[in-house]
Amino acid sequence: MTTTQVSGTVATRRQVLVGIGAAGIAAATMSVFAPLARAEFESIDEALKATLGSAVPAEGRIELDVPQIAENGNVVPIGFDIDSPMTADDYVKSAHVFADGNPNPDVASVHFTPACGAAICATRMRLAKTQNIIVIAEMSDGSFYTAKTEVKVTIGGCGG
Amino acid sequence: MAKVKPRVKVPKKVSKGEIIEIKTLISHAMESGQRKDKKTGELIPRKIINKFTAKFEDEVVFASDWHPAISANPYMSFHFRAEKSGAFNFEWMDDDGTVYAKKAKLKVSG
Amino acid sequence: MSRMVKFASVLLGLGLLVTAGARADDDAADWGAFQVGDLRSGYTFAIPETRAMQDDDFENPGFLWLDDGAEQWETADGAAGKACVDCHGDAADSMAAVGATYPVYAPEIGKPINIEQRINQCRVERMDAKPWKWESRELLAMTIFVKNQSAGEAVDVALSDDLMPFYNDGKAFYEQRRGQLDMACAHCHIENAGAQLRANVLSQGQPNGFPLYRLKWQNVGSLHRRFRGCNSQVRAEPFAYGSDEYVNLELFLTHRANGLPVETPAVRN
Repeated sequence: MTTTQVSGTVATRRQVLVGIGAAGIAAATMSVFAPLARAEFESIDEALKATLGSAVPAEGRIELDVPQIAENGNVVPIGFDIDSPMTADDYVKSAHVFADGNPNPDVASVHFTPACGAAICATRMRLAKTQNIIVIAEMSDGSFYTAKTEVKVTIGGCGG
Repeated sequence: MAKVKPRVKVPKKVSKGEIIEIKTLISHAMESGQRKDKKTGELIPRKIINKFTAKFEDEVVFASDWHPAISANPYMSFHFRAEKSGAFNFEWMDDDGTVYAKKAKLKVSG
Repeated sequence: MSRMVKFASVLLGLGLLVTAGARADDDAADWGAFQVGDLRSGYTFAIPETRAMQDDDFENPGFLWLDDGAEQWETADGAAGKACVDCHGDAADSMAAVGATYPVYAPEIGKPINIEQRINQCRVERMDAKPWKWESRELLAMTIFVKNQSAGEAVDVALSDDLMPFYNDGKAFYEQRRGQLDMACAHCHIENAGAQLRANVLSQGQPNGFPLYRLKWQNVGSLHRRFRGCNSQVRAEPFAYGSDEYVNLELFLTHRANGLPVETPAVRN
């Protein structure tokens, strides 16, 4: 199987493996070709350039919900709600979440369809330190919107 | 870490046209590849779920690419406009090729 | 760890360690069942997002282990070919009071016994199965499942005469300075509960939600694991899981928490 090498940190190197025996793993099915997700970007600038190209995102339409101060950087809840009618002609295609202070800025990309009815999503992310969360929304008409908020991440009182 | 087990929550009483929230959770360490083994000092290799898809009646309605910055035991919720009853099929794809799957039925009245 | 060393060198004395200040909602009116007199559950020191995670059975990662525990309850294990359900039936009935009343005095061993130890005692003596290791997925799952049968019930540990010596031992431990930082549990969790320790707000260190999902661990963990972490962080040698010291401490702490609801599996930072 192909070995995919990504330059940069050891952490981003990975291989696509032929399906491994899934015995003992409940509800697992075999997949011969594991779709290899895009390798992580090295910097927020690279991430924004790759996502936007030459487009300049407009502000607005994205309601970003994150705590001001994270209880713990390992599990930071994030939710966003992007204003859109979500019809076949006018919907949010994707939303990309970046964290500009992490080893790699990528958090997740979310791909909506009109069937969603609303461009709302929530998940939990890891933040290495205080940094900005940047969401880029890609609309079906090719336009981009962006929102940015800072989340404070602190070291615990006892050093842990 | 719990065994890798997916859970989903699909609302029970749904009327036609209603936009519902679907919640998903899967027990998985989401090993980021950044951590070092305390004893050997070696980096613990990355092993995460890198993709989540939700299909309704065999059509993808929602999908997400995940990166190591997604927390362990990943939670993700999204919305869905319920037009008719049918079957959901949720899949989580691991870096190593394993696919974890979970089905759920949607009952729509009206 | 360099962070620990930096912290220890910054530490000049207990008085300079802690600064006054508390979360905005600390004075928030009504914590309902989570506050009983001066007793406040760790829930009341958490930010709203963390509390929301605990409140929703689906979103609470601890329930992943609870599900495992429920499955284990029905699964035969050991040479005797028994599952918990064979003797104990429906856990909702047979285990209803366990989470709220343990640790209890176990005459057969002449000292208090906690839930983890009782589970293993049953496994070894009645199921002819191997005991589960502390912090193993199985033991955590089973402890969470059993304790969760009392969720919402008020903690109610009764101190019999038999338990007094062990209770006193636990209380003495709690008040004893230890470690390089020469601190006692009481310094943070009684004298300075609610105050800020760098970026953390110190809780009262209540045990009523354990085993719980800790965001820091990204995993569930037992009360004894937390004890070991706390002891390490004042640079004291931690005691063993299930040691007499920790069981006695658990007894003291759980009795102190009488009245607070059992929250297992709680979600904390």
